[in-house]
Amino acid sequence: MRTPLSQVRGRGTAKFGTEDYWMQRITAVAMVPLTVIFILAVVCVVGAPYERAHAVLSSPLVAIPFAAMVIAGVLHMRIGMQVIIEDYTPSDAWKILFVLMNNFFSALVAIATLWAVAKLSFGM
Amino acid sequence: MVELTLPKNSTVKIGKTWPKPAGGTKLTEFKVYRWNPDDGKNPQIDTYFVDRDDCGPMVLDGLIYIKNKIDPSLTFRRSCREGICGSCAMNIGGLNTLACTKGMDEVKGAVKIYPLPHMPVVKDLIPDLTNFYAQHRSIEPWLKTVSPTPQTEWRQSHEDRTKLDGLYECILCASCSTSCPSYWWNGDRYLGPAVLLQAYRWLIDSRDEATGERLDNLEDPFRLYRCHTIMNCANTCPKGLNPAKAIAEIKKMMIERRL
Repeated sequence: MRTPLSQVRGRGTAKFGTEDYWMQRITAVAMVPLTVIFILAVVCVVGAPYERAHAVLSSPLVAIPFAAMVIAGVLHMRIGMQVIIEDYTPSDAWKILFVLMNNFFSALVAIATLWAVAKLSFGM
Repeated sequence: MVELTLPKNSTVKIGKTWPKPAGGTKLTEFKVYRWNPDDGKNPQIDTYFVDRDDCGPMVLDGLIYIKNKIDPSLTFRRSCREGICGSCAMNIGGLNTLACTKGMDEVKGAVKIYPLPHMPVVKDLIPDLTNFYAQHRSIEPWLKTVSPTPQTEWRQSHEDRTKLDGLYECILCASCSTSCPSYWWNGDRYLGPAVLLQAYRWLIDSRDEATGERLDNLEDPFRLYRCHTIMNCANTCPKGLNPAKAIAEIKKMMIERRL
């Protein structure tokens, strides 16, 4: 029995949205040079012996952009996936579950990849 | 919810083919969506033939011909018949537009007419726009000021006035909003292109003193940020406006006030 205006106003605005929108743009721009560097580094070590590959990938000039690419990529992926979930999941229960899974998966990808970069760089 | 098949009671059936008008030589075929809430039947597509020698050139003229001379039960909205009231917005030949400004000659083959997509249907070609109008009301589409009202009009420079061009022409026909997939899936929370274009029209009005408040009212992942730049709105607008650009400008204002 709520009026149409009451339904449209709902619970008001979330006072959020621009952060994610802007972060999506920042990470997209950041990934352009970072991806180029990463691909060049990978191309350099294709077919090379382990020692040479290790030396290239553990160099700060490669490892730092790679770590940055992982961070930017995962942030970008997390926001993009959340938008898709919000678009297409009508039930609140499923939406919360999917958003949780998306966050956990993104965190897992970031932590595992950064750990691998650190292991290569510092030989842990 | 994204549904790839229609529920059984919504499946559109083949309807009645009405007799051709006697003596007509130049006939145009109309295939029109019919649904009556009172008869309990599924929607159906009825076929009519319009005698072009006895009828104006626009699709709306054809619909009026059908209603007057063939089938008085055909139900649709119309008023100004010159593209300024927005009443006769419907889906013609797969594109949301105004029946009164769409020529029958612009449509290839039979003229296929459906109500605006993804809206509840009241009857035949009449969609229920209650939510759409409430959304328009929610952005408070009027001048909001705090300063004392001047004795004469609120003044505006010529330059500031030109900023409203491409926005003030919107007639709220809902063609754009009902062409937007994002609005189809989340129309209860996403304001949609028409309402956001109107919101921007007030955001950049130099006389308005509530810009920040208006932006606050849009700062939401659903109200504003469901726009994914699909651009159906700009492609379909019968007035040639670009709601997607207005929405991009609002997003830009949101970022600019943070940086």
